[in-house]
Amino acid sequence: MDNRMAPAISFSSVRKTFGDVTALGDVSFLAPTGSVTVLLGPNGAGKTTTVRLTTGAMIPDFGAIRVLGLDPLTAGDEVRSRVGVVPPKPAFYDQISGWDNLQFAATIFGADESEALKAAARFGIDHALGQDVGGYSTGMRTRLALARAVLHDPEVLMLDEPTAGLDPESARAVLELISEMAGKGRTIIMCTHLLHEAEGVADQVVLLEDGEVRAAGAPRVLAGRYMADPIVIIDAEDRSMLPIVAELDGVLSLRDEGAFHITLDNTDRIPDLVIELVKRGVRPTRVEPLSPTLEDLYFEMQRAHREAG
Amino acid sequence: MRWSMIKAVVRIDLYRLFKTRDYWIPLVILGGLFFVILPVILLGSLNFIQRSPMIGQIGQIIGTLPETIQQNIQGDNPATRASYAFAVYLLAPIAIVVPLTISSAVGANSIVGEREQGTGEYLAHSPLTVREIYVAKLIASLIPGYLAGIAGFTMYSLIVNIIVGSQIGGWFFPTAGWMLLVLWVIPPFIAIALSLILRLSARVRSAASAHQASSLVTLPVILMSYGVASGLLYSPVVSAAISGLAAWIVAIILLVTGSKSIKRERLLGVSAEA
Repeated sequence: MDNRMAPAISFSSVRKTFGDVTALGDVSFLAPTGSVTVLLGPNGAGKTTTVRLTTGAMIPDFGAIRVLGLDPLTAGDEVRSRVGVVPPKPAFYDQISGWDNLQFAATIFGADESEALKAAARFGIDHALGQDVGGYSTGMRTRLALARAVLHDPEVLMLDEPTAGLDPESARAVLELISEMAGKGRTIIMCTHLLHEAEGVADQVVLLEDGEVRAAGAPRVLAGRYMADPIVIIDAEDRSMLPIVAELDGVLSLRDEGAFHITLDNTDRIPDLVIELVKRGVRPTRVEPLSPTLEDLYFEMQRAHREAG
Repeated sequence: MRWSMIKAVVRIDLYRLFKTRDYWIPLVILGGLFFVILPVILLGSLNFIQRSPMIGQIGQIIGTLPETIQQNIQGDNPATRASYAFAVYLLAPIAIVVPLTISSAVGANSIVGEREQGTGEYLAHSPLTVREIYVAKLIASLIPGYLAGIAGFTMYSLIVNIIVGSQIGGWFFPTAGWMLLVLWVIPPFIAIALSLILRLSARVRSAASAHQASSLVTLPVILMSYGVASGLLYSPVVSAAISGLAAWIVAIILLVTGSKSIKRERLLGVSAEA
């Protein structure tokens, strides 16, 4: 069996409540080995609870979870030794140095100190390892947290809002890590509500809202499902002439958003559309088929579920 | 249990404690007060006021003690005998307060402190078992108190031998009963207090609550251990050994069952029952 096809993580009808509050309702999804799964959702959607259940740090009320073929409830110690986690607000022992923190992590994860040093260098935090972590900036703390999470070369890496509050350079380091780890066949789970950051790295998107999975699948598949009608952006020298587009065959709708966003019934119509516009005296300056962003997709999925509900 | 991991947690806890001066300086002052300042003032005063009527009153109190105890009190004049009685029978048991207080203070903060600092989340996601975390926290809380106790007893012994020993012709402290107390009886009492305090630390929501709750545990244990220690100093060595054994049995039962109080969800601080 191809290992890359087997799910590294599976949630099956998982439910978790805190008193009267339902954190996860009936959550099921698969994260294939070597894939990047992005858990999308607003604050309180259940993303952090999902991470905590995955490592066995929390116990579900109901349902089954498997991580690397193991049950975190009965084989939690092994699961946790093969998983790396970057929590939303990485915490350290602030009174001691970055190196002492990394050394501690290396010992409990059974890694060599050389690996800890290598991880620190990988995230550009090696120069500050002698300082007490209490004096670190948010970016430095995240870099140290990333180093700490990967020093034992985990098979699954879980990043919970890893770019929150980061400078662009540190945010890029996170995204580079995701690509690098995925390239090495590692499974990545990334929780975020910053959609543009998940763009381009997600093999699969799981949309969580109010503790329920609203949609799950590859972005392209989801785009096909939720945004079936293609959009093309058109601008012209004389924009006042553009509303005539609405009269042309295959145009379903028209939105003026600076440039005109035109929904077509088929992308094959774009060349004919341009020819017809030119015939009518319009001189187009921009014709750009729009690939839906994750953000477009996210809001479209939310809209579709609101309408369905 | 993987001792290398436990050692790593103990090491980092002790190192953090060492680097947090605000935390340990008051504890050092407490130790200095009980082991050095108080004995020097009391024993020095007794030495100084040799002819005071108070010496006579202390002599009368000593006269009410059992015959065997009276025979053990050394010194050929009332002032020296009073100093000896103070050093061995009155001041010494007070010293149990210091290791217990220090260990309790460290233990109270140990688990809830991880949660407050956010590092509890890291421990919850780590391969450490809850039993390993518990044992590590226990050892890390026990060591400061016990080391402070040993260091304090050593200082106290020097002070007693210098002030009182010079009066009775040589160094005499620690006595056999004292050695038994320090090495055999006090440790289980610290362990009993800690096993209860760690349970509290795992359950309460804040370090402030943990410290408040721990005082409810520490005070009765201090009173109980003080009573036992005082009694044992007046008793034959065999009684002390048996009492120590009983305390160890209770301590071991409490310690073994105590690890159940730590749950990963409590380290995260999200347990509904926490």
